[in-house]
Amino acid sequence: MQQNFLRKLIFDEKTRALLIQTLVIGIFAVLIYLVTKQTAYNLEKRGIGTGFEFLNIAAGYDISISLIPYDSNDTHLRAYFVGLLNTLMIAVCGCFLATILGFLVGIIRLSSNWLFRNIAYVYVEFTRNVPVLLQIILYYTILLHLPKVKQSLVIFDNFYLSNRGLFSPAPIFKDGFSIVIGSLIVMIIFTFFLKRFLKKKQELTGKQYPIFLINSGLIIFTPIFVYYLMGMPLEFDHPVMKGFNFKGGMVIRPEFLGMLFGLSIYTAAFISETVRSGIISVSKGQREASQALGLKSNFIMRLIIIPQALRVIIPPLTSQYLNLTKNSSLGIAIGYADLVHGFGGISLNQTGKAIEIMLIVMSTYLTISLIISFFMNLYNKAVQFKGNV
Amino acid sequence: MTIIKTLFASLVLTFGLATANAGTLDVVKDRGNLICGSNTGLAGFGNPNDAGVWEGIDVDVCRAVAAAVFGDASKVEYVPLTSKVRFTSLQSGEVDMLSRNTTWTLQRDVELGLEFVGVNYYDGQGFMVRKDLGVSSATELDGASVCIQVGTTTEMNLADYFGANGMSYESIPVETNSEADAAYLAGRCDIYTTDASGLYASRAGYPDPSAHVVLPEIVSKEPLGPSVRGNDSEWADVVRWSLNAMIIAEEKGITSGNVDDMIANSPDPETQRLLGVKAGYGAWLGLDDAWAANIIRQVGNYSESFEKHIGVNTPINIERGLNALYKDGGILYAPPFR
Repeated sequence: MQQNFLRKLIFDEKTRALLIQTLVIGIFAVLIYLVTKQTAYNLEKRGIGTGFEFLNIAAGYDISISLIPYDSNDTHLRAYFVGLLNTLMIAVCGCFLATILGFLVGIIRLSSNWLFRNIAYVYVEFTRNVPVLLQIILYYTILLHLPKVKQSLVIFDNFYLSNRGLFSPAPIFKDGFSIVIGSLIVMIIFTFFLKRFLKKKQELTGKQYPIFLINSGLIIFTPIFVYYLMGMPLEFDHPVMKGFNFKGGMVIRPEFLGMLFGLSIYTAAFISETVRSGIISVSKGQREASQALGLKSNFIMRLIIIPQALRVIIPPLTSQYLNLTKNSSLGIAIGYADLVHGFGGISLNQTGKAIEIMLIVMSTYLTISLIISFFMNLYNKAVQFKGNV
Repeated sequence: MTIIKTLFASLVLTFGLATANAGTLDVVKDRGNLICGSNTGLAGFGNPNDAGVWEGIDVDVCRAVAAAVFGDASKVEYVPLTSKVRFTSLQSGEVDMLSRNTTWTLQRDVELGLEFVGVNYYDGQGFMVRKDLGVSSATELDGASVCIQVGTTTEMNLADYFGANGMSYESIPVETNSEADAAYLAGRCDIYTTDASGLYASRAGYPDPSAHVVLPEIVSKEPLGPSVRGNDSEWADVVRWSLNAMIIAEEKGITSGNVDDMIANSPDPETQRLLGVKAGYGAWLGLDDAWAANIIRQVGNYSESFEKHIGVNTPINIERGLNALYKDGGILYAPPFR
């Protein structure tokens, strides 16, 4: 019996695999334990305090780029959220811009126009092969050479562009504006169902409706109508030059713009290649067949090519989004107060809690990346072939 | 990138064995050179010159320690550290000591597990603006954009000062002195704030130094000094007394020029103890008796170092002020050598 068991361990594939896996997990656990213990020992030997209590003490420094109210009396924990939101802001804006630009360039690279095609080619080869950090610094340096704040360029009377950023009027929402927003949301939901209804009708009767035109009209004009109905409950706070800087209004700072341009232009080059490969992967017969059916060329693209290309595009697109998000940690190079620069840099230095803060920052990036992957995988499932093929 | 440095240092803390127990002095002696954390480049304090040789009053402290330990001030390897990574580098044992315009504070001394061994420059935070702004006082700075180096006491003082005076500001946090200079000169910020000494040093390197003015307000106390790891008092003593030896030498009028003469002829007992004429004092520190004489011969006394790198005859042009000896109206004061 005993011998039988040992025999099984070596010769039975399942048992053997189980044994090896248990061993590996065991070694890994011991390793983690040893590292933790050694770290604690080293820290104690060097008289370095540990723990997460520092999160509740006042940060003591200011962050100018912040989506939530924050001042130097707030805690390090709040500074963490300021940094996290700044990271998410640049990631979301960057992914959005990179996707649009990437799709455009990807399609242009397949265009039959020699000039456009080659401009896109040069763009892709250049941005793809220069480190993103250098590009960020380049765009930031260019932005810093805009006119100084006192000589700001005035655009459309209300916008001021200088090397301190783009100052614009800030909207002030008054009573009743929530109804305008409400009408917008209602219209978006309504048009969603309207689209379904009209599609069904088209399938039954064969009659085509200008769905896009109707829906965009509804979404745009209904809120405008409600806006005037409510007596225009919106005012603007205009930026005014006062002392050193503009007071009031909103500002998009050059640090943000430098990051946005750097990240999205760089990532868009990769996305364009992904898009191009996706489109090429759709077999030529599909296009020829749809031409034979007499579809117009933009219909061919929208209804036949892109949906099939998406199956190839989405997985690598996910990893581009992840790259962009992680690259946003380069904000430190130009003073964009993202998670790494603010919390992972200044808080780290003021408190000296290198290990704790690095752990927090790393697990935050891990969480963000996993969330992006999760949703992109859901989307990927949605566009894959359905049913038996 | 600094993030990699921070990570690396964290890794050393994580995996590295606690080698500090061996005694930094022995480690340094065995290695044959001193590894000194210096500024990434601050004229007059720690900066490589045209020939690539590091110079400055902070660098002179490193050189003094090397002279004391090895009898050769050139046996130093400099590791340029940004303000952000400096403490982690010291804690993890990447450098033996830190001498890069670092303010002595309670938190750094106690919570970060460091030991500040003295003060080699009494400083305070100041503000520099372009002259054509017409600002004459820091109280007129409401609404200004401020360039600031991250990971320093400066950003906290700035928040406190503007808060206390009810002024608002936009902060542009940058990593190094040179980035701050670039952003300030491009007009991204109206003010550059850091320790006044740093402002003078930066200004000396600008295309038109006279177009910039350092405002009279000094808003903080910034005693800058060398530091070591807190768990090695033997090594701390070596660094502390190397600095003290330079200050005592100035007090006693010993210079690099007359040190040999003083050894031969000085009747002053403290001078004799310092220069090793009376034997036995070096051994207390684990050094030979000529250690202080070597420092003075190769590096000079405090005054020589000051005048050579940042004094009124240099482009940086700083008066002794607080940094004069206590008997000359300053607050520089070394404990007695006995």
